[in-house]
Amino acid sequence: MCLFQSVMNYFPEEVLEHVFDFLTSHRDRNAVSLVCKSWYSVERFSREKVFIGNCYAVDPERLIARFPRVRSLTLKGKPHFADFNLVPHDWGGYVYPWIEAMAKNGINLEELRLKRMVVSDESLELLAKSFPNFKSLVLVSCDGFSTDGLAAIASNCRFLRELDLQENEVDDRKGQWLSCFPDTCTSLVSLNFACLKGEASVAALERLVARCRNLRSLRLNHAVPLDTLQKILVQAPQLNDLGTGTFVHDPDSDAYCKLKNAIKKCKSIRSLSGFLDVNTRCLPAVYPICTNLTSLNLSYAPGIYSSELIKLICHCKKLERLWILDTIGDKGLDVVASTCKELQELRVFPSDLYGVGNAAVTEEGLVAVSAGCPKLNSLLYFCQQMTNAALITVAKNCPNFIRFRLCTLDPTIPDAVTNQPLDEGFGAIVQSCKGLKRLSVSGLLTDQVFLYIGMYAEQLEMLSIAFAGDSDKGMLYVLNGCKKLKKLEIRDSPFGNVALLADVGKYETMRSLWMSSCEVTFGACKTLAEKMPRLNVEIINEGEQIEASPDDRHRVEKMYLYRTLVGPRRDAPDFVWTL
Amino acid sequence: MDRSSGLGLETELRLGLPGGGEVEKNEKKRAFSDISGGEEKAAAAAGAGNNKNQVVGWPPVCAYRRKNSFNGVKMYVKVSMDGAPFLRKIDLSSHKGYSDLLMALEQLFGCFGIAEALEDADKCEYVPIYEDKDTDWMLLGDVPWEMFIESCKRLRIMKRSDAKGAKDLLKALAAKEDYSSLLN
Repeated sequence: MCLFQSVMNYFPEEVLEHVFDFLTSHRDRNAVSLVCKSWYSVERFSREKVFIGNCYAVDPERLIARFPRVRSLTLKGKPHFADFNLVPHDWGGYVYPWIEAMAKNGINLEELRLKRMVVSDESLELLAKSFPNFKSLVLVSCDGFSTDGLAAIASNCRFLRELDLQENEVDDRKGQWLSCFPDTCTSLVSLNFACLKGEASVAALERLVARCRNLRSLRLNHAVPLDTLQKILVQAPQLNDLGTGTFVHDPDSDAYCKLKNAIKKCKSIRSLSGFLDVNTRCLPAVYPICTNLTSLNLSYAPGIYSSELIKLICHCKKLERLWILDTIGDKGLDVVASTCKELQELRVFPSDLYGVGNAAVTEEGLVAVSAGCPKLNSLLYFCQQMTNAALITVAKNCPNFIRFRLCTLDPTIPDAVTNQPLDEGFGAIVQSCKGLKRLSVSGLLTDQVFLYIGMYAEQLEMLSIAFAGDSDKGMLYVLNGCKKLKKLEIRDSPFGNVALLADVGKYETMRSLWMSSCEVTFGACKTLAEKMPRLNVEIINEGEQIEASPDDRHRVEKMYLYRTLVGPRRDAPDFVWTL
Repeated sequence: MDRSSGLGLETELRLGLPGGGEVEKNEKKRAFSDISGGEEKAAAAAGAGNNKNQVVGWPPVCAYRRKNSFNGVKMYVKVSMDGAPFLRKIDLSSHKGYSDLLMALEQLFGCFGIAEALEDADKCEYVPIYEDKDTDWMLLGDVPWEMFIESCKRLRIMKRSDAKGAKDLLKALAAKEDYSSLLN
């Protein structure tokens, strides 16, 4: 051991750097930097990709000081429950200070990936003008910007390869942002603007596609009609990933016929999505490419009924990833089970969001898929009902789950057959799936399910709990048992101060904890904040009463705490109190 | 369990301002108090049925997906207006929100000023109401747009002066009588 260490120390830094180049995962690089001072130093100067899971855990100055050669930055902002309207709109998560700091310090930024952050048009303009080698912008679930900001990116980023907008709220100013790509821009590899609501200049789009010979991924928005799609496919038969816009036309028309021929020539398409507006009689045009598809996302296509979905899926024998609406029904999932033997990831989203009573999927569909698709390792399943027996069967059939998120449409529904809580079912999942990293539970659940989770879910990193448990014991089982827990988010569950304060040191080993509509009080949150200076304990108070000093016994509506190196954030709005 | 007060279903015609976010908060709290494990409470909770889906943020579908779940699904509903000789049909899914819808109704029927009814019901001669899935007549504008278009079965543009005759109107509607007979 000693000899090895001293030998390693004689390696010149360039060799170490070269060795570290093979480490792509940020976790590996983080681990390597902890070995000794010289490794820390070599690693930090050679690090090009940095991942920051919580933008308030550090600040831009620290990032730049430690990693001066950073080229690619990933930042995540708002807590996950912000997706479900549980976090007020102006809570925070602004990217501007990061871009400003990197611009001032001459960082050679090439890639920026943001999730749940607020991105203003000024940020985009500053980004576009400050980094001459900027190549890739990926925005997921962000808001705060308009098509003017996109125009700035298009106009100024001469080497842009990737512009990927996923599920963002974008203010569409009906400008001609697509026309802002100069004629000299030929570098685009990936363009996704499916989430934009407005008209796009179809002519500019066609010209752009024609000159970007390396384009591999293209996802269109609602406003791009079928005949434009046809013209684009003729120009870009090399596409790997296609998101159609509107898929509506008269199937007896010339345009549709041309489309069919164009699609046949696209032999490289492996991923298909879109169909935001669809005439199901036009669907057969895509059957020829279904045979080679590995990824299919029809979750934004409520216009495709169950029977049409089934016809389409019958052609998709190589599918590895399927995102679909529950309109597919249990019968449709049977077809998935018998056709898609390579399936690894399945997401079934609800089509009926207001409890009107449309038929959804049940435990039967899930059991069928688990039996037919042995490679299944990632699941998001919104269902009408569930049973323990079904979950136990699924656990036996698929021990390889990494992500298991089950969501019953009625959050506290018991086992549909026995009327018992679903504790045993989820218990079977955690016991069988030894590599489980992410779990969301729902349905009627007692403290027992958390006992199982604490006991068996050794690799669990993220747990989402809603309307579950009976007492503090439930939360304690999880905090004590899950050694690798990074993110815990809880809503509407009877966990309180005893659980919160039992092991305050635990929270420094985690990224964050969210608790809303639980039983924790102001007093307990204050105590926690006092004991743990390296945590930010934020209370979000949207309420009616903005009291100067609330009673310690008062229940806290929303609490979000996270470890941080930089103390309370300075951009918190009035309704967020950092204790 | 007192269901009637908790369910928030308002069956009387209101001419007041839309209620804003209150509806959601109450329903969220109700759902929580329904839960505490144990069979009888579970059965009662299950019995409250559809309202589980009106808990804030449940089912946990991200806001973007919620707003975009209606593309491609046409939602044509009948629209009638007092005094108009025949009904029209309008596609709810093609509108972005209440003001957009009310503008379209103004175009269709010439009931100018109806968009103002959202802000202040007293300003307008006309009152937009709709029949929901429970066959109750509701004032437009109380619930979030997405929830409205899912539950709206038909629209009616009523003259405000006729609100005094509302009880009769509702009785007639409940008995499925021809509405126009009330005016003659």
